Amino acid sequence: MDLDSVYRAEYGRCVATLVRLLGDINLAEEAVQDAFAVALEKWDSLPPNPGAWIVTTARNRAIDRLRRESTREARHAQALLLHHRDEPEEVGPVRDDQLRLIFTCCHPALSPDARTALTLRLLAGLEVPEIARAYLVPEPTIAQRIVRAKKKIRDAGIPYRVPAAEELPDRLGPVLTVLYLMFNEGYATTAGPLIRTDLCAEAIRLARELAALMPDEPEVLGLLALLLLTEARRPARLGRDGELVLLPDQDRSLWNRELIAEGHALVRRCLRRNRPGPYQIQAAINAVHTDGDATDWSQVLALYDQLEVVLPTPIVALNRAVAVAEVHGPALALAALESVDLPGYHLLPATRADFLARLGRDAEAAAAYDEAIALAGNETERAFLTVRRAALET
Amino acid sequence: MKQYLLAVHMVEGSPMPEPDVMQKMFDQVERVNEEIRTAGAWVFAGGLQPADTATVVRSEGGSTTMTDGPFAETKEQLGGFWVLRCADLDEALAWAAKCSEACMGPVEVRPFEDEPPV
Repeated sequence: MDLDSVYRAEYGRCVATLVRLLGDINLAEEAVQDAFAVALEKWDSLPPNPGAWIVTTARNRAIDRLRRESTREARHAQALLLHHRDEPEEVGPVRDDQLRLIFTCCHPALSPDARTALTLRLLAGLEVPEIARAYLVPEPTIAQRIVRAKKKIRDAGIPYRVPAAEELPDRLGPVLTVLYLMFNEGYATTAGPLIRTDLCAEAIRLARELAALMPDEPEVLGLLALLLLTEARRPARLGRDGELVLLPDQDRSLWNRELIAEGHALVRRCLRRNRPGPYQIQAAINAVHTDGDATDWSQVLALYDQLEVVLPTPIVALNRAVAVAEVHGPALALAALESVDLPGYHLLPATRADFLARLGRDAEAAAAYDEAIALAGNETERAFLTVRRAALET
Repeated sequence: MKQYLLAVHMVEGSPMPEPDVMQKMFDQVERVNEEIRTAGAWVFAGGLQPADTATVVRSEGGSTTMTDGPFAETKEQLGGFWVLRCADLDEALAWAAKCSEACMGPVEVRPFEDEPPV
C-alpha cells in the first residue's frame, strides 16, 4: 500500500474540504494531518475511498480537538461543524472546495511570493523544506510567508469562495500565473539540476482540476494544453549524459504521444471557442512544435506576432526573435533582439550568441556566450552554453 | 460582518488640485458615500486637515509632552478615511476601488481587529 501517493493525491483535496467545514485553515491542516497519522496506524490495505475516509476521520478528530479547547475560534469552528451535521456521514472531498481554496491562496491581496508558497503547501501538500528547496529560499522565509498569508486570510477576511463571474477576469489571472510559475520552476530550475518533475506534476494536476471545474474558461484550457505539450517533450530534452538537447535535435520518438494528443485536443477546443488569450496562443505554438516531423516555423512566427499583441513582454519578444531567425534568417533576428531588454536573463545573450555564430561573427558570439554562461543559474544550461562556445571557430 | 478602514493618503507638499478638480472630487466622493449608505455598509467617514495641523501627545509617568506634527515625518500622510462594515475583504476591496476612483488616489484597506459588538 502506497500511503505516500495517497497523501500526494488527497492532501490538498481533504484540506480544502476541511477548510469549508471548519472555517479555518490551520485547524483544517491539523485535522487532515491527524487523520493521515491515524491512517498510517490503522490501514492494512487502502479503503475503497481513501479521500472520504480521511475527510470523515479528520472531521471527527477536529470535533474531538475542539471539544477539548474552549477558545472563541474553537467554539466558532464547532458551531460550523454542527451546522454541517445534516450532511451524509461519509462525505468525501468536494471538488469545488479545491477551487475555492485555490482562489483564496491566489487572492490578489496576498503577495505573489506568498500565493505560490501557500498554493504549494495547501493544495499540493508540499512541506516547507520542499518549497524552500524549489525556490532556493531559506526555510524560515517560506515558513514565515505561509504563516503571514494565513494570518492575513483570517484577519483581513479574505473569503473562501469562487469569485463571481464579473470578478473572474481579475481573479483567474493570478491563479493561472501561480500554476504556470510552479511548472516553470520545475521545468527549468533557477539553480541546481535542470528539471524537478514533482513541481511539474503538481502544476499539471492542479491545472487539470481547474480545467475540470471551469471547462468554459478557454485560458484555463490553454494553460493546461501548454503545460501538457511542454511536459510531453521532457523525455527528449536531456541527452544520454544529461546534456541539454534543443528542440530541432530532439528524438521525437521519445515524446509522450498521449500527452501530445490530449494537448492538441485542448488547443482545438480553444480554437472553436475563438476567445484567444496568452496561454492559448502559447499552447498553439507548442501544438505546432509537436505536430508532424518538423516545426512549421512560419506558423510559429505568425502565432508569436499574435502573442506579442496580447502579451507585449520582453520574453515574448525574445522567443519571437528565435522564430524570426528560422523564417527570415539570423540577421533580421539579431535586429529584432536589439530592443529587447532583459537584465540578468541568460537566455538573451545566449540567443544573441547563437545568431552571431550563425552570421559567422565568432568573436562577438564568444563574448555573448561568456555573458550568458556567467548569468546561467543551473548546471545543465551552463554546460550546454560552454559546449556551444567551444564549438566556435575562434 | 467585519469593519474595514479605507484610508486615503495625501502626499506632503504636492500642489493642491485646481478648484474645479476639487469640486469634481467632492461630488464624486459624495456619490460614492451615498452608494455606501444605501448598501448599508456605512459606519463613518471624514476628510482630515493637512498633517501640519497634527499634534502628537505622549503621556508617561504623570507628565505629558506634546509635539507639533504627525507621528512620522514621511511624505505620505493620512488625508481622510472611511470605516465600512462588510461581509469580507472582497466587499471592502470593491468599495475601495470605487473610493479610489472618486478621490483620485490610492486607498489602503485595513481590517479592524475585532468584530464590532452587535
